[in-house]
Amino acid sequence: MQFKQQSIRFLAGCLALSLVACGGGGGDDSAATPEGEGSEGAAETTTDGGVSGDVLVDGSSTVFPISEAMAEEFMKANSGSRVTVGVSGSGGGFKKFCVGETDVSNASRPIKQSEIDICAENGIDFVELPVAFDGLSVVVSTENEWAACLKPEELGKMWEPGAEGAINNWNQVRPDFPDTELSLYGPGTDSGTYDYFTDATTGEEGESRGDYTASEDDNVIVQGVTSDSGGLGFFGFAYYAENKDKLKVVEIENSDGECIAPAEETIADGTYNPLARPIFIYVSTKSLEEKPAVKAFIEFHLAEANEGLISEVGYVPLPKDLSPKATERFNSATPGSIFEGGSSVGVKLSDKL
Amino acid sequence: MANLASDPSRSPLGGGSKGRFKSELSKRYRIDSLFSAAAWTAVTLLVLVLALLIGDVLVDGAARLSWDFLTSFPSRKAEEAGLLSALVGTIWVMVIVAVVSFPLGVGAGIYLEEFAEDSWFARAIEININNLAGVPSIIYGLLGLQVFVRWMEPITGGRSILSGALTLALLILPVVIVATRESLRAVPDSLRQAGFALGATRWQVVCNQVLPLALPGILTGTILALSRAIGETAPLITIGALTFISFLPEDLQSPFTVLPIQVFNWISRPQEAFHTNSAAGIIVLLGVLLLMNSSAVLLRNYLQKRH
Repeated sequence: MQFKQQSIRFLAGCLALSLVACGGGGGDDSAATPEGEGSEGAAETTTDGGVSGDVLVDGSSTVFPISEAMAEEFMKANSGSRVTVGVSGSGGGFKKFCVGETDVSNASRPIKQSEIDICAENGIDFVELPVAFDGLSVVVSTENEWAACLKPEELGKMWEPGAEGAINNWNQVRPDFPDTELSLYGPGTDSGTYDYFTDATTGEEGESRGDYTASEDDNVIVQGVTSDSGGLGFFGFAYYAENKDKLKVVEIENSDGECIAPAEETIADGTYNPLARPIFIYVSTKSLEEKPAVKAFIEFHLAEANEGLISEVGYVPLPKDLSPKATERFNSATPGSIFEGGSSVGVKLSDKL
Repeated sequence: MANLASDPSRSPLGGGSKGRFKSELSKRYRIDSLFSAAAWTAVTLLVLVLALLIGDVLVDGAARLSWDFLTSFPSRKAEEAGLLSALVGTIWVMVIVAVVSFPLGVGAGIYLEEFAEDSWFARAIEININNLAGVPSIIYGLLGLQVFVRWMEPITGGRSILSGALTLALLILPVVIVATRESLRAVPDSLRQAGFALGATRWQVVCNQVLPLALPGILTGTILALSRAIGETAPLITIGALTFISFLPEDLQSPFTVLPIQVFNWISRPQEAFHTNSAAGIIVLLGVLLLMNSSAVLLRNYLQKRH
């Protein structure tokens, strides 16, 4: 009896101790950050930048590095503010955004009609802002000497649903290509990158052959193509930029019939088409009106002075003719989507904004 | 009767096996050593794979470990990034998971094993619990999203530490319950009967005789369950754990992130330096796990010595 009671007491003591230790740890840590980013007092009193309050960002993993960079610098400038960024995918982000759970939704594709409807049902108006460009890069092994420039139709021929089990050799893509086995690598079917690529090459968004190596982690695609002399894969420009020495990038024939390789300039000036795509943030109009921190964060996001942050994390800032238009769209709080629920393939932003 | 006993084929013990028994000692010893060799190979293979994994992570990430790494918030610059928010988030979550799942799981296990009548109701619960132990974790995430994040929002504060911890507690409860029942079942029945014979009530028998003997086993099961919870990502992402957060939790209703989410985010970045951070993050996660397990083992040994 006594033994038992003692051991129960002992157990309870252990639990209580670990709780106290944890709570104490948390307190110490927030006290140790002199900027007071974590402490409650700082959230209420305004310091330096003068803006305080919470900004909730969620959505696409493609846009995440940009949000992270912006949030980091924004909080350095406004130590009373707290920006959090989640990653639940473009679609997952809109699910939260359209019921009013987040202030800003990141997306690597325009909002879909079904999502616009849900937003409307819940009375959520939004401002759609392109924030940067990404160039989907098509890569092959460094041993591949034949694929220098490919047409979007040729990519379509490799990737379309009908190619499954049928197109397995490079010489089926173009007769003067050598007799080498073709193997394909790409992002999983849930990703916005996949949606855009299939739309731009096969003409059907989200439709492709099923027998390719799919991975949610683009680094796996890098490894796959590096070690496969007949491999071909695609992913965002940042992954190519980091692996230039391991991979060979394929030039893509654009609408003017020129062969263009993805690079900061060609992505920004629109010559790298159709594989350069805009990426977006969607801002809740209600949050803009009610939360000064959200407004300040978006202004910070769009400011020309912070363009460096976008290129630093591997994306291409909006070109000079577009960024004032995006800012204007934000200042006038223009609601709705310029794509009206459709895709962004073949849409010239400068005409629509 | 005499007839029966003299018929070797009918005798249950001696005769039947007598004909088949061959005293090939050397052959039997060979089989013996063959089996122990197979068992050793299995162990070596496992240890090798584990050592390879840990070695690989250590080579990649050990150099990145530093006090700054543990005390900095995430950053776009890999060299400045740290995992303070993820580390503290993981500690908060694990403490709450332990506090919630241990009493609930052990309580349910004791009830089912020692108190419940053998009725269809008890059997239905038993079958359900055993099945729940095999449900994929993402399903618990969806359940947690609806119950803890949406319905119980006034209490949990929505997408908060408390919602995340309750979801994980739910996830490991079946394992804790099954482990508790197994350990209770291993206590010989004669002990219970001796207790009853001396006039003890059921509660007295359980509390003073059975539970102290079963406690080490129960703790082992709980440790294993908690080790599973610390590595979970999917259910936490579903209930809305964040990826970038640069302040620490203030209460149970704060937004949070945990180590596995931070590790996954870093490994999927294009820059090599983030992959190094990721390896270092894995080492920290392993460290937390080891710390947690070794303190539980110490506690178990302490209790074992007492009884």
